[in-house]
Amino acid sequence: MDGIHDLGGKQGFGHVELDASSKEGRHIHGFNERWHAAVFTIINSLFANGAAANTDHFRHSVERIDPINYLSDGYYGRWLGGAETMLVEAGLLTQDEVNNRVLNKGYKLETPVAARPLASPDVFPAEERNFQPTAQRPVAAPPRFSVGDKVIARSLGGLGHTRLPSYVRDIPGQVIAVHGAWVFPDANAHGKGEDPKHLYTVCYQGADLWGPSAEEGVVLNIDLFEPYLSDASKDWFERLTND
Amino acid sequence: MSEKSAAIRAEALESLLVEKGLLDAARIDDVLTLYNERVGPMNGAMLVAKAWRDAQFKQQLLADGTAAIAQFAFEGGQVDKLVVVENTAQVHNVVVCTLCSCYPWAVLGLPPKWYKDPAYRSRVVREPRAVLTDFGTHLPAEQEVRVWDSSAEVRYMVLPMQPKGWDALSEDELVNKITRDSMIGVEVLAERAGE
Repeated sequence: MDGIHDLGGKQGFGHVELDASSKEGRHIHGFNERWHAAVFTIINSLFANGAAANTDHFRHSVERIDPINYLSDGYYGRWLGGAETMLVEAGLLTQDEVNNRVLNKGYKLETPVAARPLASPDVFPAEERNFQPTAQRPVAAPPRFSVGDKVIARSLGGLGHTRLPSYVRDIPGQVIAVHGAWVFPDANAHGKGEDPKHLYTVCYQGADLWGPSAEEGVVLNIDLFEPYLSDASKDWFERLTND
Repeated sequence: MSEKSAAIRAEALESLLVEKGLLDAARIDDVLTLYNERVGPMNGAMLVAKAWRDAQFKQQLLADGTAAIAQFAFEGGQVDKLVVVENTAQVHNVVVCTLCSCYPWAVLGLPPKWYKDPAYRSRVVREPRAVLTDFGTHLPAEQEVRVWDSSAEVRYMVLPMQPKGWDALSEDELVNKITRDSMIGVEVLAERAGE
């Protein structure tokens, strides 16, 4: 989906706000707040109880939260919105229960609420509610592209999950690595099976992505799945009619 | 909402899930201990220090990062496949995830806040040289910049260049000097003032 999460190349967000570790160069790590760890643990529990079927399902639940919240709630706030979305969609609680609990604790109910559960969520067969940490899978079909091939990525459209950001679409790039077949997020996020596809690293020249305003001597490498890619050595009409 | 409201809502959700038997609150302490004590950039720094001192390990790390780190059995997840990219006088690498905040937890720990914020995710693919100046990093014009957008399950880590003058340091001494930011690629290692 072309949601607010697709931030690559967007302008106007200003300077990077450094943390203490970046300023001082020391190894400061881990959780800054207890509630961050609580949200992290809640997400882990969703994988354990099946409310989150897999990582792609979870990532898509975060993409679907209210776009205003996406920008203002911070990373663990976004995860919280995704967690609440999946819990409600799995029928494990209602948003009224969470709202009432906020009020019972003496807090004001803030709106908008990040979570946006669907009335008719995707259905995941029981065998797919089985979190598999390794996403590489053997497939019989050989990869369509090789290192050095010129490719172009086009949107598959639709409202679903995808790992093709908008800033590289319709721009020619070159394959620099072939990674074997991996679980295809566009299918796996929606209960349509793992449907493994070949994965490539594609290299783009900065000037091709950003035009004359691009910085000199910059390339962008990104991992893209085979269904996103067409053969860029063909002209646009051949691609549209034969791919 | 805001992060403060999110914190309040998280507290509400946590108590509700505990009551329903869907969450064991003791697991939160386990997660805190794991990521605060055992998973962090000291693991990546150990790999970098070893690569600087052991040419064969460096070659393995760059050729197949996943296989090279298997022996250490790092906890923390998020490295189904690790690709380590080397900074040289000619090439500087920097890592991002524009679509969410993918990051090699097992070797670098949890990502810093700025890595997950819109400013870094939006800008570093478009104007990496300018973004690096936010970190005080100024790259020479003749050094190519390679930005890696982690859009699938491959995770990237940068092997920084060893500063002049660090040759005599032991691997243990190096681990404390190799920063998280140098392994993300937003910093070029050098002696800091006062060291």
